[in-house]
Amino acid sequence: MEPVAVVGVGMTPIKREWVTHTYADLVFDACSAALADAGMTIDQVDIVLTGSNDFFDGRTISSMAVMDACGSFDKNVSTVEGEGTFGAAHAVMRVLAGWGTCLYCAHHKGSESVMPLITNAMFDPIYERFTGIEAVTSSALQARAYMDAYGVTEEQCASVSVKNHGNAKKNPLAQLPLDITVQDVMSSPYLADPLKVLDCAPISDGASAVVIAGAGKVRKIAEKPVWVKGIGYNCDAFHLGDRDLAGVDALERAAKKAYSEAGIKDPAGEIDLAEVSDVFSYMELMWLEGLGLCERGEAGKLTESGRTALDGALPVNPSGGCLSGNPVLVSGLNRIIECALQIRGDAGEHQVDGVRTAVAQGFNGPCGQSQCVWVLGGDA
Amino acid sequence: MDDWRESQEILVMDGRIKVPYTWSAGEVGTTYLEALRDDKRFMGTRCPECGVVYHIPRMHCPDCFAACAEWVELEPQGELVTYTVARKHHPQLSPVEGLFGYGVIKLEGADTGFLHLLGEFAEGELSSGMTVEAVFADEREGSVLDVRYFRPLRGVE
Ligand SMILES: [Zn+2]
Repeated sequence: MEPVAVVGVGMTPIKREWVTHTYADLVFDACSAALADAGMTIDQVDIVLTGSNDFFDGRTISSMAVMDACGSFDKNVSTVEGEGTFGAAHAVMRVLAGWGTCLYCAHHKGSESVMPLITNAMFDPIYERFTGIEAVTSSALQARAYMDAYGVTEEQCASVSVKNHGNAKKNPLAQLPLDITVQDVMSSPYLADPLKVLDCAPISDGASAVVIAGAGKVRKIAEKPVWVKGIGYNCDAFHLGDRDLAGVDALERAAKKAYSEAGIKDPAGEIDLAEVSDVFSYMELMWLEGLGLCERGEAGKLTESGRTALDGALPVNPSGGCLSGNPVLVSGLNRIIECALQIRGDAGEHQVDGVRTAVAQGFNGPCGQSQCVWVLGGDA
Repeated sequence: MDDWRESQEILVMDGRIKVPYTWSAGEVGTTYLEALRDDKRFMGTRCPECGVVYHIPRMHCPDCFAACAEWVELEPQGELVTYTVARKHHPQLSPVEGLFGYGVIKLEGADTGFLHLLGEFAEGELSSGMTVEAVFADEREGSVLDVRYFRPLRGVE
């Protein structure tokens, strides 16, 4: 891949209900922060890309509501209706296409609608939607399948939640910093067996933005560019019954592509840090395996051993992850931004020492149907 | 000077989007739902290239990208591949009362799983790999809810 870099990042704090801010206010804050971080003004941005979901926003062409706020007036602007890792990948493609420097922002206000009613609508309206299935119950089906296939325990999943909520205590932007134990997770009420309240990401509001530039511009903009070393994405079947729900096939294919672009042969040995989409605690375990950071079925033991802790050999979600704040769509972009901050050494209290190569992962669709993997690195 | 924003109460507008839809079940879906409604029969389609029997039925094999013209009758029972017990009842979503769950069920004769409701089970009774059977609605109108739910196999009532 030709050299492209993340030259500016901006995140709003993540909150349960951000009543003082409209979507547009959040987008303006995130974009302003990303431009300030890049040391740029909006005039130096050539193209703008937005990420939103009409159903969540409750308006069609939801991107139009934030056009002023992201400074896209009189610019080349388009929208990716999908998760932030995918949207940012499209931003990279536009830069590679020679369209100039791109500002990409994603927004979400989960507080303004009814999450289960919206996630129910991702299922087929003829065959599945009438059953009332939604994100939590469908993910519970996947959690059960994964735990049955590999003997993963509820306690191992709970240890992910303990770790990530604990990490969030060092991240001032996180929504849910918590001092909890495995026992606290285990005794939180079941929403859909085996998923308990503390296994599930909260409902959140937030927005984030990145500035992405091609090699020719990067040196003029950024003192500490973070290079996009590789991106892969890949999709699995839509109907849950067509898939091996314990499998991570799409993620393995996406990771293989990203690693091959990045020249990574031994991910477990070469990657210093991972930010993955732990929307449910079991997902962090599955995604680590799919990313090739450990063998299938081993991520639970890895987590219990402390290897993925903030001070472990392979820190995973030092930011606190989605479990500590999950503005849908924005969440994947936040994984990229967190990796970038870690590589720059700008992650603040949750900074990990010596991060040179980091991997970010996001997904779209029920039970991680479509997967996107980013490998990011600093100056060689 | 005090920041005016600190004492401001933010106004919030209530809204609701009401848009009726009429989704076509298509030729394959109609054939399938009619068999459920009229004969309490589950039908799948077979891919001529890989031989996979799809349930729910598919007009095209997603793997081979080939048309699946052949219908295959399936048994009204099969393996519970994975399941969950739903502990939260969303009044606007859940079509059943009481203890219920969701399962992926591979009906005998099919190669793919079917997402549907689980009912009539005791706490702790469900396990992956067990056999479950369809319980049909008395009044059937040509939707997947003509199957009320699947329950652990009890045999003929
Ligand atoms: Zn086929």
